[in-house]
Amino acid sequence: MEFTVSHYNYWLVIIIMMAGFYTVISRGNLVKKIAGLNIFQVSVFLLYISIGNVREGAAPIIEKGISLYSNPLPHVLILTAIVVGVATTALGLALVVRIKEAYGTIEEDDIHNQDQSL
Amino acid sequence: MIETVVDITLLSLIAIHAIAIIRVRSLFAVIMLFGGFSFLSAGLFVVMDAGDVAFTEAAVGAGISTVLMLATLALTYAPAVHKEEKAPRHKPWLPLSVVVITCGMLIYGTWDLPGYGDANAPVHKHVAPYYLEKSLSETGVPNVVTAILASYRGFDTLGEVTVIFTAGIAVLLLIGGRRRKEKVTGQPNET
Amino acid sequence: MKHNLILRVVSKFLIPLIFLFALYVQFHGDFGPGGGFQAGVIFSAAIILYALVFGVDTAKQVIPPYILRLLASLGVLIYAGTGVAGLLLGGNYLDYNVLAKTYLAGQHLGILVVELGVGITVMSVMLIIFFAFAERGRPE
Repeated sequence: MEFTVSHYNYWLVIIIMMAGFYTVISRGNLVKKIAGLNIFQVSVFLLYISIGNVREGAAPIIEKGISLYSNPLPHVLILTAIVVGVATTALGLALVVRIKEAYGTIEEDDIHNQDQSL
Repeated sequence: MIETVVDITLLSLIAIHAIAIIRVRSLFAVIMLFGGFSFLSAGLFVVMDAGDVAFTEAAVGAGISTVLMLATLALTYAPAVHKEEKAPRHKPWLPLSVVVITCGMLIYGTWDLPGYGDANAPVHKHVAPYYLEKSLSETGVPNVVTAILASYRGFDTLGEVTVIFTAGIAVLLLIGGRRRKEKVTGQPNET
Repeated sequence: MKHNLILRVVSKFLIPLIFLFALYVQFHGDFGPGGGFQAGVIFSAAIILYALVFGVDTAKQVIPPYILRLLASLGVLIYAGTGVAGLLLGGNYLDYNVLAKTYLAGQHLGILVVELGVGITVMSVMLIIFFAFAERGRPE
């Protein structure tokens, strides 16, 4: 029981991660795949930040009178990761636009059929 | 106690959004659900004492990403066609089994992780206390995250700015020019 | 959007406030949550709001695309240039200690300048991407 109380966070985050993963591998629409990829990314960020959190700790901004702070290192890593994530999402969406202009569709099955019939 | 309740509520709402994104077929609804998902996860970051991260996630995830997806939807669907995803043709057994196996392995991996919020976890023992004690006296900046980002780990931030710049150039190369007018029947055209 | 009076009036009131908030987040990032990335994204969000309400052409008159390309490169140049300035003044690359008379002042100055470069680049790249997506659908 004590183990469940202290670990339920991680399990819920893993369920969200798997939802994003399932969207990427099983759905054929390209925009939905990119949305699923973003869900996966955000759940990884949640996992990292929850590892760095300290109960009864404050945000890592030094202030007189506070002695217990949350760990600032995961915040730094995740800040960089979020910005890099939006860069790759923008690039992926630009590729989707070009695929639509070249093939006329953004469903994976139709693109595959068009490629195979060439 | 109240923090645990807020935690569980936010996480369940986020999980409901994620599962709804799998099931919903209308693409516009998917993008709106994604915006809500991003916003709720920014709220969860605030509850977990991560102010800078919540700021960035709200601005970038619920702001820029949603706007760009809406713009892509506008560019890839002719107005006459219903903006829906095609019905899935394949049975979901293979992806479902892969997902279940991965989920099992990951949950097995979390068995050894320290409890949530534990102050004696090994991750808080080595480099983090040095930054928390010394950053104000060495850099004069109270915000430890900014001090680490800009001063202690400045090289990483230089690489990150370069990545953003490269992404901007790449998007300009891909879709920078105006598209030549093509018929709405979906004939492929060379650009 | 030209005929929607409420949107036009409210956004004319809100957009300067969003700019002000972006400047606050940029320069107050040393003392509270904030910094270069958040400020750049908020700044670009204000201009995207302007473009959505008043039209992309009007927004392009406010900020022409060639200035955006210039600003994107300028931000990276400011960041890398601070590193080179550290080299020229006798320290290592990206060493802020040598930039001013005391170590503390040098660090503070270095962090401020570097975050400014980051903010400028992030703002212009977000706007470049948005304008590229918005212009693609319009035929020549």
